[in-house]
Formats: sequence, C-alpha cells, structure tokens
Amino acid sequence: MSSLPSDLRYTKDHEWLRLENDGTATIGITDHAQAALGDVTFVDLPKVGATFAEHAVFGTVESVKAASDLYCPVAGTIVGVNAELNGSPDLVNREPYTGAWMIRIKLDNSAAAQALLTADQYKQLL
Amino acid sequence: MSENLSRTPLYAFHVANGARMVPFAGWEMPVQYTGILEEHLAVRRTAGLFDVSHMGECRVTGKDAAVFLDRVMTNTMATIPVGMARYTILCQPDGGCVDDLIVYRLGPEEFLICLNASNAPKDIAWLRAQVGSSQVKIADECAQWGQLALQGPAAEAILSSLTSVKLDSIKRFAFVVTTVANVSECIISRTGYTGSPGFEIYLPAASATKVAEAILAAGKPHGLLLTGLGARDSLRLEAGYPLYGHEISEVISPIQAGLGWTVKFSKPEFIGREALKKQADGALPSSVVLFSLADRRIARQGTAVFAGDTKVGEVLSGTHSPLLNKPIGTALISSDALAKGNLTVDIRGNRIPLEISAEPFVK
Repeated sequence: MSSLPSDLRYTKDHEWLRLENDGTATIGITDHAQAALGDVTFVDLPKVGATFAEHAVFGTVESVKAASDLYCPVAGTIVGVNAELNGSPDLVNREPYTGAWMIRIKLDNSAAAQALLTADQYKQLL
Repeated sequence: MSENLSRTPLYAFHVANGARMVPFAGWEMPVQYTGILEEHLAVRRTAGLFDVSHMGECRVTGKDAAVFLDRVMTNTMATIPVGMARYTILCQPDGGCVDDLIVYRLGPEEFLICLNASNAPKDIAWLRAQVGSSQVKIADECAQWGQLALQGPAAEAILSSLTSVKLDSIKRFAFVVTTVANVSECIISRTGYTGSPGFEIYLPAASATKVAEAILAAGKPHGLLLTGLGARDSLRLEAGYPLYGHEISEVISPIQAGLGWTVKFSKPEFIGREALKKQADGALPSSVVLFSLADRRIARQGTAVFAGDTKVGEVLSGTHSPLLNKPIGTALISSDALAKGNLTVDIRGNRIPLEISAEPFVK
C-alpha cells in the first residue's frame, strides 16, 4: 500500500479532502478504501450545484463486490465533478489520490476541514 | 476470522499467493488474488485455477445404487454410462430443491456425488433417510477429497503437460481416473461452472497443494491466473448457471428455475415428481429469468423488481459482467408480470428497465 499523502485530510469513512487555494476542496476516497472495494465498475456522482450537509451521502462507488456510499466530509455546494470516472471508473483503483478525485466542493464553512483527520491520525485507524 | 470456519487443504497455498480470504458457506475461501475482473477475463481468454475443495463428496455403492439414485434424483441415473457424469437436482416432496449435484458413475454399482459445500451434511443425511430397504451404502468422503477447477481455453494445453491421459478423448461430462502431477487416483472430468472449456480435478486432499503448484507452474507461460470465488460468481452468472440459495432453493423448484431439462417425468416415480409435474403442466406462480441492464449500477440480491409501481419480483443474483461490460443478474418474477413485460428494478431510487435475456450471455 502506498504511503498517505501528508497534505490531505481524511475521514474515518476513508474519504480524503484537499483544501485548494480558492476556498474549495477536492474530495476522493483513499487507497485503503479502493483496495477494500476491489475492482471499481461505476462511480455515481452528484450534479454541479447540488448541496450536501456534513456526512451526507453524495454518491456511490460500485465495485464488483458491493456498492458503497460516499460521505461528504464537509458541508457545501458541488462546483465540479470528475467526468473521467464515468468512462474510466478503474482510475479509482489506479490513482485514488490524483486521477480519481471525485468532487470539488465550495465549503459552507472554510474552517470545517480543520476538524478532519490528519494523515497520522488516519493511519492509526488502518 | 471466526474460528468456526473450515479451511481447505490449499489454505496456506492461497495465503502464500496473496489471496484475500473471506468466509463463504462455512469455509475460509479466496475471493480474489489479483482482482476479480482480471481473473474473470483470464478464464475467458487463457486459464484460471480455482480451489473448490470446499465442495462435498459422497460415494453411493451397492446392488441397488442406480435404482436408489433414480428414486431420489430428478434426472435419470441408471442410464449414465460408466465414465460419465450427469447434472441433477435432489428434490423435496414439494418440488423444492435439497441441492443440485453432479453424479459421476465410477462403476455399475458405484457413484461419486459432488455436493454443494453448505449443503453437504444435509444432503448426506437426506440420502441416508431415503435408503429404506435398498441395498446401498452412502459414504461421506468430504474430508478425503480436494477439488480444483482448471478452466479456460488454455486448460487442456496446461493439463496435458501433467498427465499421460489424452485429454481430447474426454468428452463433455466424461471423466477418467488417472495420475496428475505424479499423484495417482485423481479424477479428471470435463466439467465446470464458468461457461469456458476446462476440467474439474478431484484429488486426494493431502496431495492438493502439490497438484495446484504443478498446475500453477505449468500454466504461468500460458497466462494462467489463480482465480477466486469472486470471478467464479461472475463467470457462472454470464453462463447462466444456478447457484444454490439463489436461483434454486428449498422454495424455488427446478421447474421455476428453468431447469426442467433435469426433471425426467419419463421416470414413473421419484421424490418430488407429483409436485413438479403440476408445476410443469399448470401455470407457474413465478419463474427465474436472466437479465442485463443498460446502466452501470448493479442490481444486487434482494433488489425489488417492479411493473409500474407494483413489486412483482426480486433479484436473486447480480454482478458486473466483464465480458458485456454491464450489469447482469437473475430475478424471480411473477409469471403474470413476465407475460406483460415493461419491468424495472429500483436501485437507490433509480428505476432501470430490466432487459430479459432468453439465452445465457456466454455459451
């Protein structure tokens, strides 16, 4: 398993979040999550403009074995979704922290991300 | 993992080869090694090696063995030639399935029966309870046998390097007792549960690892992969094969499951005949169908099937078909609704049209 990027924040549900300079955040699932899911066949993502409360289900990742809910780590409004995943859901297995980002979200409260786990804290859970 | 789970003779082999072990039917089994999609496609294109040692075996011997089996099984047993195997259902009096089985005829008065792992103790008890005054002996041989399934277009080339038997002389559902990788008393049968060509190998449990390692080494140059239960499930669904507890069960009869060809009403008597005859002659309340979805979401077991807003059935098995690159599955649907058509499944609030397939997705 690859090491955890230290510039990201994490959740106990195995999502990661990267705060961008423009006050938005990029969200995906961790390497641990993709390995547990196995081969991903479909990622069901929301539309731009949709709003989510903290910990609301923003989508589903479907693997051969199971469908798993995706939880929004922070409250906010969707400003971008990764259309690449529609044609290449296997990116989630190959590039969980880069090519397989899932959503960009404008945070309702920009401080909310600070409450998420650091890489070291997340590592304790694995 | 629970200490109550059984392990096959290949447990250490699986762990050494990087398998992810999961509980299945009371056994600790490999669900995948490298990845389900890759393993599935290896079986379709080259070859895959499955450990199916969790399957049970029993031996039925005696003067009345053939007559006895004809009385308990839906398919015809007495006409199986020595050296051939036959697929059959073991039914309850009400037509529900005790199990689905493959019966190998070893001799005029000797049969080896392959049982589903989770049903093996139940099946053996059931068979023994039916013996009555018949001259038969039923021996539980579950612990003695290991089983490997070598499946895929390269299976024959791989196995031919490990045995002196001319494999092309083994027809579909035929078998030979022979030596494989210097292990004697193995059974090679041209059977399988994948829809790809290949063999199942019954072997003494103590020699299972030796044979698996020999097949793995011989298969590597051909592109063979070790394959787990995940791929086994998507392969069997593409091929339209039933899995006990899903497409057939104590409440889903072989007639409902589309396995009427295994039920031989030409036999004057067998357990379940009367109930099954009624189903075959009259209107069935519900039937099992194969379907695909023009979508990416998988309709998994338990997903509701709708006609309009009325629930008319339920998904029995569902997966992603690597060959078709879309979701496939089976469902039990009321006969009325099937006749009318226009069915959907509800997946997380999305209504997706069910595309019913009259034929398996691979043959």
